[in-house]
Amino acid sequence: MNIEEASGYHKIDVLIVGAGLAGLRAALEAAQSGRSTAVLTKVYPTRSHSGGAQGGIAAALANTSEDSLEMHMFDTIKGSDYLADQDIVARFVDEAVQTVYEFEHMGVPFSRTPDGRIDQRPFGGHSAPRACFAQDVTGHVLLHTLYEQCIRHNVFFFSEFQVLSLLVEDDICSGVIAWDIRRGGLHAFHAKAVLLATGGYGRAWKITSNAHANTGDGVALVLDAGLPLEDMEFVQFHPTGLYRHGILLSEAARGEGAFILNDRGERFMKRYAAEKMELAPRDVVSRSEQTEINEGRGIGGRDYVYLDLRHLGKEKILGRLPQIHDLALNYLKIDAISEPVPIQPTAHYSMGGIPANINGEVIRDPKGSIVHGLYAAGEASCMSLHGANRLGTNSLQDAATFGRIAGTRMVRFVNENDFQPLPADPLSGTRAKIARLSEGRGKERHAPIRERLQENMTRYLGVFRNESDMLKMGGIIAELQQRYGEVTVDDRSRPFNLDLLEALELENLLSFSQVIVAGAIARRESRGAHFRTDFPKRNDAEWLKHTLAWRKEGRVVLDFSKGVVIFPQYQPQERKY
Amino acid sequence: MANINIDIKILRYQPDTDGKPRWQKFELSVEDDSTVLDVLNRIHWEMDGTLAYRRSCRSSICGSCAMKVNGRNVLACETPVSRFGRRLKIEPLPGFPIIKDLVVDMEDFFEKLQRIKSYLILKKPIPDKEFVQTPAQLEEIGESTLCILCAACTSACPSLWPNPDYMGPAALLKAYRFVFDSRDDGADERLDIVNDKNGIWRCHTIFNCMEACPKKIKITEYLSRLKVKVVENSI
Repeated sequence: MNIEEASGYHKIDVLIVGAGLAGLRAALEAAQSGRSTAVLTKVYPTRSHSGGAQGGIAAALANTSEDSLEMHMFDTIKGSDYLADQDIVARFVDEAVQTVYEFEHMGVPFSRTPDGRIDQRPFGGHSAPRACFAQDVTGHVLLHTLYEQCIRHNVFFFSEFQVLSLLVEDDICSGVIAWDIRRGGLHAFHAKAVLLATGGYGRAWKITSNAHANTGDGVALVLDAGLPLEDMEFVQFHPTGLYRHGILLSEAARGEGAFILNDRGERFMKRYAAEKMELAPRDVVSRSEQTEINEGRGIGGRDYVYLDLRHLGKEKILGRLPQIHDLALNYLKIDAISEPVPIQPTAHYSMGGIPANINGEVIRDPKGSIVHGLYAAGEASCMSLHGANRLGTNSLQDAATFGRIAGTRMVRFVNENDFQPLPADPLSGTRAKIARLSEGRGKERHAPIRERLQENMTRYLGVFRNESDMLKMGGIIAELQQRYGEVTVDDRSRPFNLDLLEALELENLLSFSQVIVAGAIARRESRGAHFRTDFPKRNDAEWLKHTLAWRKEGRVVLDFSKGVVIFPQYQPQERKY
Repeated sequence: MANINIDIKILRYQPDTDGKPRWQKFELSVEDDSTVLDVLNRIHWEMDGTLAYRRSCRSSICGSCAMKVNGRNVLACETPVSRFGRRLKIEPLPGFPIIKDLVVDMEDFFEKLQRIKSYLILKKPIPDKEFVQTPAQLEEIGESTLCILCAACTSACPSLWPNPDYMGPAALLKAYRFVFDSRDDGADERLDIVNDKNGIWRCHTIFNCMEACPKKIKITEYLSRLKVKVVENSI
């Protein structure tokens, strides 16, 4: 199929895929430079899941107590269980403070100290109150503010476009193919530089805080393009997911002083992290919670514990945590002012993703060779800033800071380089895929396949893992991939075909889940969010290294020769809280 | 958890085959704590894949799934079916062109935000650190920044139905949010823009917007304060 047959052909200097915090921050940078800039997004920009982040954005402003860049750096490295690349962490903490002031100058309505400066609250794993926040809607106000600034600087949005293929040939990226959700039809986007800022991959789990949209489209496209992913087995389970729904209740609740209680009314964290208690990092708290549940001390012996805010009082709850109060009320009919809230660990954040260097350039091998014109930032990327476990409030900061850095780098790249030719027949693969789903004769439906994937990822690839469970999961994914070949959709029309969109997303879920499982089986140690009951210790001698994974002819190929960048002053130590 | 049987009527419109919208009935058994969105997902995944609707976060913050249920604009994701007994009537947001089923055309809604200069305008020098903004100054705009742009308010406004060019409550609330921000220097130009026959004066304090707002923002009150500001500014 030739390019003339596309419903649209667009030639753009800087093309950004994804309109969350990373994508919009990069877009703003590019647009301000005067280069033509467009953002392609599967939902309207303000619907992006950065808006779901609640508790804060980390920066050592030292507005409410002593703090320093060194402390932020050490906390992040220790939080990562020493898998973070320390050159990345250093740049991150260096630029974090400026990122927050920039946001404030853009109009973000941060909560304030009595004397009118940005207020800061404690957060898990941070040794000082470092979370700058707006009540418990921090992601929401950051996202909306960035969107406003993008409007101001004439960023062009292709809203409700689903990216389907990454055009990479000879290690050069020349654009993407995307489906116009609203009207139907394939569009070719010919770009000098492409940024993948497509967010996380938490939708592979049943109990998840992630939005419907978080199907890891960018990471799956990178696999399809024959490029590797990094550290995909590291997925954070947030300890305070609303019971059965998995919806996030911010760590800000614990930052403000909330307790976690078991069936005996005991603050059980004292047995797992005596010093930090509920404000230990998320991997530690989730494991503790799951241990209580597994040992029969969940509430009524069931699979949840309590988040207790009652002692904070009505004024603090409604004044500083209004969203948490509303969520518990609306979804569980629980009034957090007078009742404890049932919670369970929920799949939350993807530490792994598209390998990128300190400038956001996508890399394609353990040596760090780059793919020309291709960039990644935010949760879709793995630099690796968060290593094996991310600290709360570091993600919004990551997305914004490295979004800006990638934007700056892309502008430099497009100033120095010309458009590269598109590959021959760039639409053929995606057209065939859509034709098979909407015109095929297969009898399978996407929904039961996705449901079986999600239920079993929650069962077998959760907080605690072991080889036999993960091998079962590998078998289930193989079976589901086979069934996927027979999927067709009910909806054969073109405009707003949700059925087709979900079928396309399912292919992505299956493809990266296979990589997660392979990496998790291979990594025979416990580090950060990846905990193996059959290998319960961290093993620096053998495993202080990153996982790179390719998908070749349906099989996962792993490589462990990419080391971790470690500075002399931050050597791995035992991790206790 | 117990299961309940519910009857649902959905206003369907498939642009390729339907000349105009039509009602379709579904009967299903759902867990009694299901939300409207859970029910739409069940229908879409198990009964009729052609059903189209928008949704993303499932937690009342992305603003995708505003629709009209039993006569009121709500977010499907946060609304329990039990609120309506056993009969549900689901329609797309009124006042917007329908693209397909429950999906409406939002282009004009977002374009209006652009028209009122929905962004902070600074003319004063930028400090090295943050602008000082006291808690009391923040309080002026705090609630208005909770807007998720779901369009439930604008869709519920009777002033908009006969006159789609009206800016509508969501865009005007954004104007309020910046005019009353202690950091903003763009009030004059913004107040000029809303001082228009399709601007603030088309708000007749009907309060529908406030009742429809899933974030319980006191929109009508803020728009009234904006009117006062427009008058003060033009004297």
